Amino acid sequence: MFRHEWIEKNAILLLVLTLLTVAIGGIVEIIPLFTIETTVEHVVGMRPYTPLELMGRNIYIREGCYLCHSQQIRALKDEVERYGHFSLAAESMYDHPFQWGSKRIGPDLARVGGKYSSDWHYAHLTNPQELVPESLMPKYGFMANTPLDFDHIAEHLRANRLVGVPYTPDQIAHANDDLLAQANPQADAEALMKRYPKAVVVPGNDRAPTELDALVAYLQMLGTLVDFANTSAEKLQQ
Amino acid sequence: MPTKIEKDVISGRDTTGHEWDGLKELNTPLPKWWLYSLIAICIWGVGYAVVYPSVPGLFGYYRGTIGYSTRAEVDADVAAIAASRAGSMDRIKATPFAQITSDPKLMAVAMASGKITFANNCQPCHGAGGGGRPGYPTLASDSWIWGGKLDDIVTSITHGIRSDDADARASAMPRFGADGVLKPAEISAVADYVLSLRGKTGIDVSAGAKLFAENCVACHGDKGEGKREVGAPNLRSAVNLYGTSKEAIVAQISLPRQGVMPSWNARLDAATIKSVAIYVHSLGGGE
Repeated sequence: MFRHEWIEKNAILLLVLTLLTVAIGGIVEIIPLFTIETTVEHVVGMRPYTPLELMGRNIYIREGCYLCHSQQIRALKDEVERYGHFSLAAESMYDHPFQWGSKRIGPDLARVGGKYSSDWHYAHLTNPQELVPESLMPKYGFMANTPLDFDHIAEHLRANRLVGVPYTPDQIAHANDDLLAQANPQADAEALMKRYPKAVVVPGNDRAPTELDALVAYLQMLGTLVDFANTSAEKLQQ
Repeated sequence: MPTKIEKDVISGRDTTGHEWDGLKELNTPLPKWWLYSLIAICIWGVGYAVVYPSVPGLFGYYRGTIGYSTRAEVDADVAAIAASRAGSMDRIKATPFAQITSDPKLMAVAMASGKITFANNCQPCHGAGGGGRPGYPTLASDSWIWGGKLDDIVTSITHGIRSDDADARASAMPRFGADGVLKPAEISAVADYVLSLRGKTGIDVSAGAKLFAENCVACHGDKGEGKREVGAPNLRSAVNLYGTSKEAIVAQISLPRQGVMPSWNARLDAATIKSVAIYVHSLGGGE
């Protein structure tokens, strides 16, 4: 018959069994991380963020946008009806950390890119109630007057590369140029568009990129990258 | 080792039989209902992991015995919605506007669909009921920039204005001030004239009228009535996209704002776009 006393009175046995028990918890949490690649769909169109989008994303995180806005269209018919195709794992594979969120005081933003004009985003972020009277969103007009701090943009790209975002040496070398090209409609954006297809050049101003420029560039990209015309339920099988 | 199980005198319960330096412990087992619930949940959990997709692996995940997939389910749900609407939406798609508007049943469906779609997609810019806002056209008036017939509205929605769609509508008002075509004093004179188009202002506008005739009539028409083929707004209307003050008019002549409306053909299907057009048409300004 099993007696608890055997374990209680044998320090080595107690230690070994404790280790085993804790190890089960660790294994269950850690092992799946090694197979995470198999859960990401193979889709056409995903690319790393442009330097300006990346800065906008940092502002999105800094301002805590994720506290009111999710970026995850769940696979439920009501959500697909309202927001479009459900979100894919592939669409946040370059996010460190992802911005799925868990609360929707405001609407989901996973596919907000291209839904409104860039001008609308500038006006709306500056004074949301002017455009949506019932909105609870705070005003972010100060960003229009805050020059974007992008001194270390190449380092940001490099840091992302370290955690697995496939930025090429070419993209890192031209990070500064690409950022400026996306924030100025007068600039030549050809090289930018080649490195980052579907990037949206924001209206900006003729002086220096602002935080608002970066945030709008980020918002205008959300959910627009995957080529859904070129995919199917089978291809999206994980 | 429980060697001496005794009955505790005060509580009347058994002890565990353990004794540490004279201290004894009452035997208080877990409630039976709790214990059995725990066991039942554990069994259910194992069963759930077997039946439904659960464990990730090197070559994909374990798919479960019934092959359930959230994505397959939502695809089926969406297809079921589409099928349930197919009757009326397919008819809306295939029927010319003239016949839709004379069919009360079809109109009811189109209006309901159009209203919901408008609230979700169009209202943030054009306002509830199409009231419009500075920079975002009023849809509830007859002051159309690109035309207020149902087909015009469908074209505007489908391809957008100055969007990245190849067939987008686009008008390009020259930058009279920024490019030095007119001097500031001349722009001011033109603005005075444009203001006078809506009603007497009591200012002499002959200089402005002359400049207007030289620079503006090609698009805005002899009397400033606008030209919809090129998206030139009617300047005689009190409903004005970028404001009715003289400052607003001067600003628009000097460095015109070029508003953008996205194209919706990727987000909305043809029948839905027609429904939205019918709803917009009904807001007050439809032609």
